[in-house]
Amino acid sequence: MIITCPHCGPRDLAEFSYKGDATRTRPGTASGDLAHWNAYVYERENPAGQHREFWQHTGGCRKHLIVTRDTLTHAISHVEFPPTKAPRRSGA
Amino acid sequence: MADRRSFVADPVIAAHAASPLQGLKRPGEFGALTDDGPGVFLTERTGLSIGEVASWKDSEGKCRVAIRAVAGVMLNVAPGSGTAKLEINVFNFAPGRWLVAGTKPDLVAQLAGSVGEDGSVTDLSHGRVVIRIDGPKSRWVLSKLFAINFANTAFARGQGLATMHHDITALVQRVGEDAFDIHVFRSFARSFWSLLRRSSEEVGYRID
Repeated sequence: MIITCPHCGPRDLAEFSYKGDATRTRPGTASGDLAHWNAYVYERENPAGQHREFWQHTGGCRKHLIVTRDTLTHAISHVEFPPTKAPRRSGA
Repeated sequence: MADRRSFVADPVIAAHAASPLQGLKRPGEFGALTDDGPGVFLTERTGLSIGEVASWKDSEGKCRVAIRAVAGVMLNVAPGSGTAKLEINVFNFAPGRWLVAGTKPDLVAQLAGSVGEDGSVTDLSHGRVVIRIDGPKSRWVLSKLFAINFANTAFARGQGLATMHHDITALVQRVGEDAFDIHVFRSFARSFWSLLRRSSEEVGYRID
């Protein structure tokens, strides 16, 4: 599998580390919503098809990336740097 | 505001600097030499001052100007762009991060002063070994080690990048027509040097 890093260009999978599901939303730090925390920590979709994932280019520029990958074919349709500003949280 | 002073080590004293490659650097010609001479030339660049500049958020442009003030070279905004000169090498290897290597002993101190509060400068002079591979077969040998396109058109002179060979992190810069500088951690230098020698055997190599 080859991931095209926005900075370094196409690189071999061996240079990247998987950092988990990028579709989750972390509850606000002050949140006491246990159901939301439970979902954030434990619940995963495991989709057959398109999936958004965090990867880190550990063997290159060391930047974190959001990779959209098809879990059936490993085809990568999109790679981007995560937004520098965190999105607004709900349930804070 | 937190103290953001950069780390500057004691300068490398070229006359006293010990190479980690001691004992492995015997000059001579080795491997499968042909009438055309060695396929590659391997050298260690010694006595260099090496600094890494990392910009804070939104101050990439200011860091570029600060590096230019010290190194005297123009820096392009394109990823991986850089300049390779006899006495100074600069290249961008990650967003907002540059490697600067040169022969001036106070290079890193100058960088730290110039960059100031716009970024952080880390002195790597004592922590890296720079190996130069030159010669008509340099791309052939490097292609055996790294999954990188080393072609003349894909990897311009002065350009640099970060990659790895198994777990040995390497920064590579093209510094000449066929010449590449490889920056590796000092603790991995002997291993990497031996690997480079073994990989160069089939084309014949000379150590200067």
